[in-house]
Amino acid sequence: MKTRILGLVAALVLGSLIYGSQARAAGPSGKKDATAPVVAHSYDADAMRVQGEERYRANCGRCHAAPQKFPPRMMATVLRHMRVRATITDEDMRLVLFYMSQ
Amino acid sequence: MEKPVPILTGSAGTFSFVTAGQQQLNAQINPVLLLPLGDHWLVESRAEFQGAFQRPPGGGPYAGPVGKNLDYLEADYIANPYLTVTMGRFLTPFGIFNERLYPIWIRSLQQDPLILPLSAGSSDGMMLRGGFPANASANFTYAVYVSAVSTSHNNLQSQRNVGGRMSFFLPGPRIEIGASWQKLLQDTRTNAFGFHFAWLSSRLPLNVHSEYARSNQGSGYWIDGAYRLSQLTFWRKAMRHTEIAGRAEQFFSGSITPDEALAIGLSPANTREGEFGLNYYLHDGVKVVGSYGRQFSSAGNQNLWSLGIAYRFLIPLGRVGAQ
Repeated sequence: MKTRILGLVAALVLGSLIYGSQARAAGPSGKKDATAPVVAHSYDADAMRVQGEERYRANCGRCHAAPQKFPPRMMATVLRHMRVRATITDEDMRLVLFYMSQ
Repeated sequence: MEKPVPILTGSAGTFSFVTAGQQQLNAQINPVLLLPLGDHWLVESRAEFQGAFQRPPGGGPYAGPVGKNLDYLEADYIANPYLTVTMGRFLTPFGIFNERLYPIWIRSLQQDPLILPLSAGSSDGMMLRGGFPANASANFTYAVYVSAVSTSHNNLQSQRNVGGRMSFFLPGPRIEIGASWQKLLQDTRTNAFGFHFAWLSSRLPLNVHSEYARSNQGSGYWIDGAYRLSQLTFWRKAMRHTEIAGRAEQFFSGSITPDEALAIGLSPANTREGEFGLNYYLHDGVKVVGSYGRQFSSAGNQNLWSLGIAYRFLIPLGRVGAQ
């Protein structure tokens, strides 16, 4: 049982890392890029602000009163924490960070 | 993207709980350290220091234990947009209360839900988690973990178990639904499972959370709602900062003895409870809270009062100017 669980976990990690690496490698060709600000290609600044505010209210407000804005470097840390804690998607995190940094 | 700066955050609070006429003074501080490393790593930790003081039955000064606990100390590696690998001691992803609603500055009512002890609070091991858009109208999130048994230190205990949680979040109606499962790999080797629901209204300043959980130790549910009075047309300045909250919950005893239930923080008998609260936000991170509840149980009915103040702090541990 233990071996099967460990095997399954190892396969999931390996598979996801490989998939992630391929996604990064495929970035310049117009496919998915895991590290680039993907949303920058899809929205102009005004649309990103609107989207960012919407995602901010939907994601942050689900658990707690929406907080005030903090300096960008603090927001970057808080959002990395919330990405893990609340499993916020990569796109939502980038849009919220953009909105909160304005 | 801005380079993230280390942060010391967390919450502090002091409360007076009166349960069946017995007053308990509670003071606590829960520091959270966030240490980002490079573009992909985050080391984070939360500790809990809590004093619970009450008068002895014969009278006398308030006295009681001061508890220390390490809730989590984990290293998170954000491998790609779909996967984060977490290693160390982490909050067990079962339902939503333990991971997301537990801090005193977040929860709308300060009493723990009756079913909270049905799953492990913290686990020592490894977790894979992530969230990504499933389609244009739904995000999918998941977490799977394995935990090792740890009995070496009172404040670092964990059980040998495996489990997971998955949920869908619909950004349009702002609804989240999910399910959790946990399998104990020691002693009774029992299963626990649960469901959760969250809704944030886009028309009203209202949010609703709910959980159901079941294991051999018992089962039950809770549902709570919090409503900001910002839409009221009188005393607008005060009403904007005022929130009313309510919770209904029920617990059904499982196949363990009442003494075993008490030892892990569960009610020793079937219990129903209703609670109403009033919160006033002095500003973004400080709120004064008060609540009244009534508990109905075959072990005895009782009133539950609480009054206190909760504070969230956030201190950068470096320069915050843009780079």
